[in-house]
Amino acid sequence: MPASRTASRLGLRFFALGYLSMLLLIPVGMIFYRAFEHGAGAAWDAVTTPEALHAFYLTILIAAIAVSANTIFGVGCALLVVRTKFRGKALLNAAIDLPFAISPVVIGLSLYLLYGREGWFGGWLLDNGFQILFSLPGMVLATIFVSLPFVVREVVPVLHEIGDEQEQAAHTLGANWWQTFWRITLPAIRWGVAYGVVLATARALGEFGAVAIVSGRVTGETETAPLWVWREFGQFNLTGAYSASLVLAMLAIGTLLAMNAFRRKEAA
Amino acid sequence: MGISIEGVSKKFGDFVALDEVSIEVPDGALTALLGPSGSGKSTLLRVIAGLEQPDGGRVVISDRDTTDVSVQDRGVGFVFQHYAAFKHMTVLDNIAFGLTIRKRPKQEIEKRVQELVRLVHLEGFTDRYPSQLSGGQRQRMALARALAVEPKVLLLDEPFGALDANVRKELRVWLRRLHDEVHVTTIFVTHDQEEAMDVAEQIVVMNEGRIEQTGAPRDLYDHPKTEFVMGFVGPVNRRGALFIRPHDLEILAAPALEAEEAMIERMVHLGFEARVELLLPDGEQLWAQMTLAEAELMELRDGQIVYVRPRRAKVFEPNGEPSTQELAAA
Repeated sequence: MPASRTASRLGLRFFALGYLSMLLLIPVGMIFYRAFEHGAGAAWDAVTTPEALHAFYLTILIAAIAVSANTIFGVGCALLVVRTKFRGKALLNAAIDLPFAISPVVIGLSLYLLYGREGWFGGWLLDNGFQILFSLPGMVLATIFVSLPFVVREVVPVLHEIGDEQEQAAHTLGANWWQTFWRITLPAIRWGVAYGVVLATARALGEFGAVAIVSGRVTGETETAPLWVWREFGQFNLTGAYSASLVLAMLAIGTLLAMNAFRRKEAA
Repeated sequence: MGISIEGVSKKFGDFVALDEVSIEVPDGALTALLGPSGSGKSTLLRVIAGLEQPDGGRVVISDRDTTDVSVQDRGVGFVFQHYAAFKHMTVLDNIAFGLTIRKRPKQEIEKRVQELVRLVHLEGFTDRYPSQLSGGQRQRMALARALAVEPKVLLLDEPFGALDANVRKELRVWLRRLHDEVHVTTIFVTHDQEEAMDVAEQIVVMNEGRIEQTGAPRDLYDHPKTEFVMGFVGPVNRRGALFIRPHDLEILAAPALEAEEAMIERMVHLGFEARVELLLPDGEQLWAQMTLAEAELMELRDGQIVYVRPRRAKVFEPNGEPSTQELAAA
């Protein structure tokens, strides 16, 4: 190989790594460094206070509910979009991408307007004993909204790719719709679903803007981990903020590693 | 018994895929639906299977009107051009699928699957996944899978269309033998006239959503009712109103009664037979088919001037019966 080509390839590699380092690796690395600045004990103590634990519990609970809902909706919606023809399909297709386009803060505000005491549904719901805003349902709704497109967008291309012949074959062999879905369609799209779930989970764990508005941010009650980090940071409790960020970063990195594992398996 | 299709129509938007199609398929017969792409043959097969709902007409399978019966309950086996193998299942599980769905006892499934594996010669491949099989093996697996549920009717949609020429020929012979063994009423779709003539007992020629002619292979070849059938079932030359099979074109070394002068443009040697490509003085091109031995005996070569006349030709009168002219024999 000519020396100039080797040099240009090395240069490109160096540039790519440098760029990623400046933008991603060094900032995240700094979190590690600062979290442990006062020793591992201090970091551990900061993230194991009852309030911090509650915040993590809440974040994981909300993510679990929101991602489950989005998985069921996402697979169903993808099947609807790919396998059926109906009026308004283009509209549905565009609507699915809305959460990508709209700022989470706007999403939070729109839920606030809808479910607040003066909102369309809020008054009626409150009169009948359903508290949506400043409680778990509202936070789950906001998280579902922001993480909605991931599963649909991962599953749609896979459904296109596998085509519907396997499903038709299953029908001719006597399988009804439900049997065909469980035995043929779902196994065929499983890695797409898994990939979408991982992305949606990562997004749900880190959601800040929409949840900040609808939760009311009551410490120990409606405060999720990102909100907790933000408050600790605001109060100059830096060790706590960095340590909790570290835990969130670890959760995110965990999901990313899981995603890569899925990818490899899919390629195999 | 068998299958009868009565006046079936199907439109996709403005496109008429099937226009009042009626056919009878005898019980236990092997029938080919032959036609170019877009002729409606695959649509007809899918209507019989219940994968498409016809706009009008009836589908009767074994004396039962199945027009409104769901795919699942129709009792048909369907084989797709691209196999439609269940990729996440082993060969064994693929073949067992229909029986598993029907919740048959485990032992019965195992016994039946082993029988089928032997029938389609996939012994030793049962633990493999479809991606580890060749195209021909996948299609045999798909056939076994369709046969497992003991269908009343076996429907094959261009079953060999995605395979290499050699494998195609091999599988044709094999399908023919398989049918002699299992005797299930079979319809297969193909655009390859040689394949249809090789395998089927009855051929239904389709064109533009209609049936052109139905008959035994020999019958269609020798007595085509329309220009389309003449041209689609077997090769043909056109000279004015005359339709001439290439083997019915006689080549003479010297001028003779009713023979036209022609130049040999190209001699093509195809092993047993030779193809003689001819150019007439008016610029039209014809080709003749003869055995290589005949061509060598006449010492035919490129550029040579010869005289040609049809031994036999067909004329299709508009709105009339086609007539055969035995010319050179007279």
